[in-house]
Amino acid sequence: MNHWPFIIAAYAITIAGLIGLTLASFAAMRRAEAAADAIRKKP
Amino acid sequence: MHIFANPNRFLGIARPLTPWLAWGGVLLVAVALASGLFLTPPERLQGESVRIMYVHVPAAWLGMGGWTGIAIASLMQLVWRHPLAAVAARAVAFPGALFTAICLVTGSIWGRPTWGTWWVWDGRLTSMLVLLFLYIAYIALADASSDKGGSSRVAAIFGLVGAINIPIIKYSVDWWNTLHQTASISLTKNTIDGSILWPLPIALIGFSLLFGAIVLMRMRALLAEARIEARLKRMADA
Repeated sequence: MNHWPFIIAAYAITIAGLIGLTLASFAAMRRAEAAADAIRKKP
Repeated sequence: MHIFANPNRFLGIARPLTPWLAWGGVLLVAVALASGLFLTPPERLQGESVRIMYVHVPAAWLGMGGWTGIAIASLMQLVWRHPLAAVAARAVAFPGALFTAICLVTGSIWGRPTWGTWWVWDGRLTSMLVLLFLYIAYIALADASSDKGGSSRVAAIFGLVGAINIPIIKYSVDWWNTLHQTASISLTKNTIDGSILWPLPIALIGFSLLFGAIVLMRMRALLAEARIEARLKRMADA
């Protein structure tokens, strides 16, 4: 049995999950901190 | 830990630390995975599929480590009423759940060419699946209590009680006669050849640094949302 399709699938799932989570967390942080700064500056 | 009870002091450290952890983690993960794919030899019995270890083991480590973090934060919340403990526990939950899911999926992918099956109801696999369900339940509980403005005390108790599953996962391969192999690495023994083992600690450190960066980002988002909520409440009261 050729193991490489299994290896590629495992790495692809891990890397996709990691990139997706990192980008989603970064975007949520930037959005929330920008909103907090904006509301703080409101008179 | 009480040094970080002040959110502003915590943010003063978290803001510069986040990019260092993120980029350090990206670099180490890239080195470890490239080495695991192209530089290490195939294993004598498992063949090429041993390379899945470099993503599967860190995912298992972070899935279990994540819940250990939730349990410690829950204890700090319940006993010392640390103001950031609930935020930390909530921030760890989703990344921990994702790494547990990655561990289960990559383990299943490894099992097909190695064991000849995608899944067996063996002690290690089943207890790891239970951990994923615990994470999902914790996320639902923490979200529900935060929606009502609560301090997620129920979630903290659940986080503490759920920690019982961590030693069950760890020792499941010793307590029951399972298809999953016993621990290959411990403080006293190592059954993996050095030529295959060396990228694994790099992967463990790299994934852990990235996990740390993700948790800090999620904590910063939760703290910013809390600031917005407090400000809106003050504006409504005025």
